[in-house]
Amino acid sequence: MKVLVPIKRVVDHNVKVRVKADNSGVDLANVKMAMNPFCEIAVEEAVRLKESGAVSEIVVVTIGAKAADEQLRTALALGADRAIRVETEEDAQPLAIAKALKAVYDKESPNLVILGKQAIDGDNNQTGQMFAALAGLPQGTFASEVKVEGDKVQVTREIDGGLQTVELSLPAVVTTDLRLNEPRYASLPNIMKAKKKPLDVLSADEVGVDFTPKVKVLKVEAPAEREAGIIVGSVDELVEKLKNEAKVI
Amino acid sequence: MQNTHSYFNETHNMVRATARRFVEERILPNIDAWEEAGTFPRELYKEAADLGLLGVGHPEAYGGAGETDIFLKIAVSEELMRCTSGGLTASLGSLDIGLPPIWRWGSEDMKQRVVPQVLSGEKISALAITEPGGGSDVANLQTRAVREGDYYRVNGNKTFITSGCRADYYTVAVRTGDKGFGGVSLLLIEKGTPGFSQSPPLKKMGWWASDTAELYFEDCMVPAENLIGPENGGFYCIMTNFQMERLMLCVMANMTSQLAYEEALNYAKERQAFGRSLTGFQVTRHKLVEMATAVEISREYTYRVAAKMQAGDNVIKEVSMAKNFATQTADKLTYDAVQIFGGAGFMRGTVVERLYRDNRILPIGGGTYEIMNEVIAKQIGL
Ligand SMILES: Cc1cc2nc3c(=O)[nH]c(=O)nc-3n(C[C@H](O)[C@H](O)[C@H](O)COP(=O)(O)OP(=O)(O)OC[C@H]3O[C@@H](n4cnc5c(N)ncnc54)[C@H](O)[C@@H]3O)c2cc1C
Repeated sequence: MKVLVPIKRVVDHNVKVRVKADNSGVDLANVKMAMNPFCEIAVEEAVRLKESGAVSEIVVVTIGAKAADEQLRTALALGADRAIRVETEEDAQPLAIAKALKAVYDKESPNLVILGKQAIDGDNNQTGQMFAALAGLPQGTFASEVKVEGDKVQVTREIDGGLQTVELSLPAVVTTDLRLNEPRYASLPNIMKAKKKPLDVLSADEVGVDFTPKVKVLKVEAPAEREAGIIVGSVDELVEKLKNEAKVI
Repeated sequence: MQNTHSYFNETHNMVRATARRFVEERILPNIDAWEEAGTFPRELYKEAADLGLLGVGHPEAYGGAGETDIFLKIAVSEELMRCTSGGLTASLGSLDIGLPPIWRWGSEDMKQRVVPQVLSGEKISALAITEPGGGSDVANLQTRAVREGDYYRVNGNKTFITSGCRADYYTVAVRTGDKGFGGVSLLLIEKGTPGFSQSPPLKKMGWWASDTAELYFEDCMVPAENLIGPENGGFYCIMTNFQMERLMLCVMANMTSQLAYEEALNYAKERQAFGRSLTGFQVTRHKLVEMATAVEISREYTYRVAAKMQAGDNVIKEVSMAKNFATQTADKLTYDAVQIFGGAGFMRGTVVERLYRDNRILPIGGGTYEIMNEVIAKQIGL
């Protein structure tokens, strides 16, 4: 069984991003980049499935510029077998990414596609769903548990009311939530071994996708700064302030 | 800190990310408690080794990641210093000064026996040169080793030895010959050898998490095959070993500066005085700008020296200059950071308080500030 894991290079989750002076976006110059945390969880899940014997090959794929090879190499160091990068300098958006993934899916014919529920840069939460629709595959989103049994996959989903378990026929799409697993570290010997694993590059033409953004960002602004709070001495004082200062009651 | 610098490649960045996560998840949540306890669990060596971090800077043939990639070593050392404890970093890294003489000049037998065990985190290695009688004047060291048949009879004391209590293998400088540098040798002495004992951990100003100890040798019989390198040729080995140690001390000092700056910057943005944040005062802004400038210059110079070292240049002068510049920078920045924190900077529990104390050893260990200047003086023909 083959698993395809799409991953994304994003700003490291520890970085406090700054909005550019011209409000055209966030400043990415010299900012530390990393694999999207939900993608790390997707890679980890695939590796665990491989370790359990349910999966024989893991292919990771990303859409982006050459710098994203670093994240592919990280995925290879974590246990993926092969990597593919679809080349584009554009800031690819969910629909174009989903189309590119469809092209890679057709080429690779994996039995299972596991990807993060969202990327922490745009927080769109769209790619997995769009790809499943384009490929005509069943989807189990926000997975907190994944079990492969024969030609079925059971996905436990985190939903507002609690947990929902769905069973999908393979091939299928699973998007990962935070509590699915705790990703391992890439050990140094595995990082060295990953250098020798294959990494293929496909051009935008080869996948037949136009990555020109269809959604235009008009303006990016930092969230309004909150003023420091105060500690009130009594309930009376609180009510007084809510009435006369905040004017909410 | 940016790590997109051209000195570092994709592999360095990936290993850096692993080291950073190791520090964030395994060390930072515990570091205050470990510092107060004056120690850290021995398993940490094993954990670092399992990730391959201990092997960086040591040959592949004996379980390392290779000894030739200096920037890989720098990337890992920088991230380990993010644990905010120089003591933990120094103890976890004592193998970096203890082992190289063994894999460079030891017998094949010794290399096979010792190096893999240390790189796998099962055993700890330490370097013992300094004596109660003096550390700077290495050529004058007094611990005697007299050859008797298949053994050396060792008598004397060492002091201020990092990992001195917990180490299993000690790379010890001894006098086998006449006065002066031509009579110095290196011996591998193992914990448990009769006649070899260690003091309890010495109480220190900083580096609390590190076990620093005195070593006592009383008619300690060391097998002759434990000689590292040629008899009476130890001085050259010690001086060669110092080059990398000094570069790593530059990295420690620069990271001390970097952390002091980052802490001060964040605090100055948050802390209010006279109705505005500290960064609202031009004097604070300028101080922060000067801190940022100093750390960047110092770091860039260290990288430059490392690049020369990587290319095989002789950098005795440059690495001494880099060490003095980096430690002076860290002296100033840790002082300034505590100043920006005000009273809080004097309190245990703030990172800058620890940086301030831990920093004080850096212009002393691995060759003092004055000794570095003496080295430079000689190199520039004074
Ligand atoms: C926490 C800690 C950990 C250490 N870890 C180790 C270790 O693992 N292994 C090890 O071998 N050592 C270790 N040391 C010892 C350290 O290397 C020595 O302290 C250092 O080399 C200085 O030696 P000394 O303390 O004997 O000072 P001294 O040599 O007595 O020097 C005292 C002062 O005189 C100055 N001085 C000396 N000679 C000259 C000169 N020619 N011109 C001008 N000034 C001079 C020195 O610069 C210094 O200011 C450690 C020390 C500490 C504090």
